[in-house]
Amino acid sequence: MKINSFDDYQNLRKQLLVLQPLEQKKVLVCCGTGCRAGGSLEIAHKIEEDLKAKGIGSSVELVVKKPGCQGMCEKGPLVWFMPQGIFYCSVKMKDVPEIVEKTIAKGEIIERLLYKDSETKERISHHDSIPFIARQNRLVLRNMGVIDPMDIKDYIRAGGYETLLDILDKKRDPDSIIEEIEKSGLRGRGGGGFLTGRKWKACKKAQGNRYVLCNGDEGDPGAFMDRSIMEGDPHGVLEGMILGAYSLCAKEGYIYVRHEYPLAVKHLSHAIQEAKEYGLLGENIAGSSFSFEIHINRGGGAFVCGESSALMRSLEGKVGEPRAKYIHATDKGLFDSPTVLNNVETWANVPLILQKGAKWFTEIGTPKSPGTKVFSLVGKVKNTGLIEVAMGTTLREVIFGIGGGIIGDRQFKAVQTGGPSGGCLPASHLDTPVDFDTLTQAGSMMGSGGMIVMDDRTCMVDVARYFTQFLIQESCGKCLPCREGLPQLHYFLKEIVEGRGKEEYLPKIEELAQVLQDSSLCGLGSTSANPVMSTLRYFREEYLLHILEKRCPAGVCKALTSFTINEKCTGCGACLRVCPVEAIIGQKREKHEILQAKCIQCGSCYSVCKFDAITIGKRS
Amino acid sequence: MECLDMTKVEEILQAYPHDETSLIMVLQDIHDTFNYLPCDALKRVAQELNVPLAKVFSVTTFYKAFSLNPKGKKVIRVCLGTACHIRGGEEITQEFERQLGVLRSQTTKDQEFTLETVNCVGACAMAPVVVVNEEYHRNVTAIKVKDILKGEKNED
Ligand SMILES: Cc1cc2nc3c(=O)[nH]c(=O)nc-3n(C[C@H](O)[C@H](O)[C@H](O)COP(=O)(O)O)c2cc1C
Ligand code: SF4
Ligand code: FES
Repeated sequence: MKINSFDDYQNLRKQLLVLQPLEQKKVLVCCGTGCRAGGSLEIAHKIEEDLKAKGIGSSVELVVKKPGCQGMCEKGPLVWFMPQGIFYCSVKMKDVPEIVEKTIAKGEIIERLLYKDSETKERISHHDSIPFIARQNRLVLRNMGVIDPMDIKDYIRAGGYETLLDILDKKRDPDSIIEEIEKSGLRGRGGGGFLTGRKWKACKKAQGNRYVLCNGDEGDPGAFMDRSIMEGDPHGVLEGMILGAYSLCAKEGYIYVRHEYPLAVKHLSHAIQEAKEYGLLGENIAGSSFSFEIHINRGGGAFVCGESSALMRSLEGKVGEPRAKYIHATDKGLFDSPTVLNNVETWANVPLILQKGAKWFTEIGTPKSPGTKVFSLVGKVKNTGLIEVAMGTTLREVIFGIGGGIIGDRQFKAVQTGGPSGGCLPASHLDTPVDFDTLTQAGSMMGSGGMIVMDDRTCMVDVARYFTQFLIQESCGKCLPCREGLPQLHYFLKEIVEGRGKEEYLPKIEELAQVLQDSSLCGLGSTSANPVMSTLRYFREEYLLHILEKRCPAGVCKALTSFTINEKCTGCGACLRVCPVEAIIGQKREKHEILQAKCIQCGSCYSVCKFDAITIGKRS
Repeated sequence: MECLDMTKVEEILQAYPHDETSLIMVLQDIHDTFNYLPCDALKRVAQELNVPLAKVFSVTTFYKAFSLNPKGKKVIRVCLGTACHIRGGEEITQEFERQLGVLRSQTTKDQEFTLETVNCVGACAMAPVVVVNEEYHRNVTAIKVKDILKGEKNED
């Protein structure tokens, strides 16, 4: 079925809504990565089977859908009932018969499956009343967890592709679209925060076959926003790219998807196929003179390929080494042609802005960082998952308001944003508004949206060492400062965490950081010292404890740590069961003991002890 | 060592334009088919795509998705991304090393398991995460490692 005009589209949408009205009864079984790992696919199948077996599906008009990530990954598998809005967490296979009989057939609520607020201890029955959801501003994620990503009809029912069809129908001037994006102040969500409209304008000025690229490489460890969007709302990304291509008069586009994301490739490929069948991609889109193709490329598994020029080399089939910045991709990018590269989330913002207007967009967020930002909120926070908030929301609201605070109500220590290019901010910065410029000023970075919360069991020196090691593995080795400087930086940090640190290392680290920043060829190298510098800035004390007292207060650095059992031990045996090397001995209800000769300092016992009976001490 | 089924390599080559731009995609398909990149296949690719063999090797060694050695029947990937790191990913890696008697990026003698570490599999909300072939294990602890291995061995 090909759509040839705006009228065609509207008729189709009307038909689709008659067949399946928006208020139709739906069971939405979250099939994002997290819930899948918890067995949500099997749960969805079992619900379908049970409905058939009991003949409920025929008496009550109802559909079971398998949408993408609903966001509350921590509490998965999630099941959401529409239109009532009832929402279940941690659903198991054995719950299915009861769900079918009570909730689906009779609309009854099963108390024990409802979300339990960790603060008030109250059960919350409806999705939209859960603070984790209610405190967000889900615009880019509006379709996530609701529509079936493998069915274009669902996207159309939700109003998808209307903006594209409207623009094609009105034969809107391509330059006016670039103008609109520029006016909206949209900044790239891939990390740098470059003005999208300005980038497009520069590319439009250049002559040649233009290319439109989508960066789905998502290399930052601890980030899964782009993955979720590609998997859960692939048409949103495609529509953005098609609109971008129209305004840039580009004929070809590529999506570069990270090697570890096979499901994203599957959903995007299917979406491209469907969009072609509906005449929304390919030759003469929706009967217009505009033609555009999108190809998918799987990444090769190299972090540096997320960098603009390296990504383009990789698309050309080459080794992904960056090149010097004085050549702009908007002039000479992919195959030396003018190219626009934007991040997945940036593209997903485009249809929204063009639908609702630049003015609407500027009213959300802050004047210099308008709109929203999607984050993957992870680490030692109670409600981990995928969230979206207006720019300018404070870190405190994100971590404590939405995230519900720290697991086990432990002490908040730091929050890491910006991946290996970013930094760690301490508690004194919790009231910092999240936007591009404020985070940079504070010594961190917005990055692509990974937000990793750390508690007092996280060692900041170890975190700095971790990122440095990550970057050594990922450095392409083309330029000297990054290739040789990072191993040297790592050497200092390793000496410190292993108890051989000297005070004079700290100024040397700072000097090295400056060299890396000033003389590296690409962003990987020039920002590589940020994790070290930000931890040195805010947690210098902790470095000094490692160096002078040979002590790791978090109990992470093994060479400096010992675990012992104190008087509070009740002899419950919890630690004994989790010790992987059987280093704990003791009779039931009597004080246990750790055999230091056997102990490997893994800290498993500390994590399970409910009585605060494990002491972190110095290694003798 | 089994004899290489070159017809599969030919089939893959057929599906792409014969120039350098296809190199990574061709290698990915070959890797998906054999679970590693056999040397003979690389020679054939170099010839057909008209790319120097040295360049083919430079690409295969640059990208982490490619392995030049055969992998075990089951590939265990322990996530060491930031979220998993701070929730104990390193401990889990070490426990796998102890249990399997191999170091990370090695394969057991019986060719049963390959132990790998990865930097984030995009499931950070369930950290620490271990992926065995395609199956995700969430909130893994050191003590759960034995259970995972037992489960995998029982499947055979
Ligand atoms: C080392 C390095 C890695 C990067 N990785 C990513 C990535 O994984 N995803 C991404 O969108 N941008 C990444 N970027 C930023 C891109 O170079 C580029 O700025 C971005 O994709 C442009 O899109 P935007 O303007 O929409 O943000 C990376 C940059 C560097 C220096
Ligand atoms: S800074 Fe590092 S990653 Fe970037 S070009 Fe230089 S060596 Fe390669
Ligand atoms: S950090 Fe392990 S899945 Fe992301």
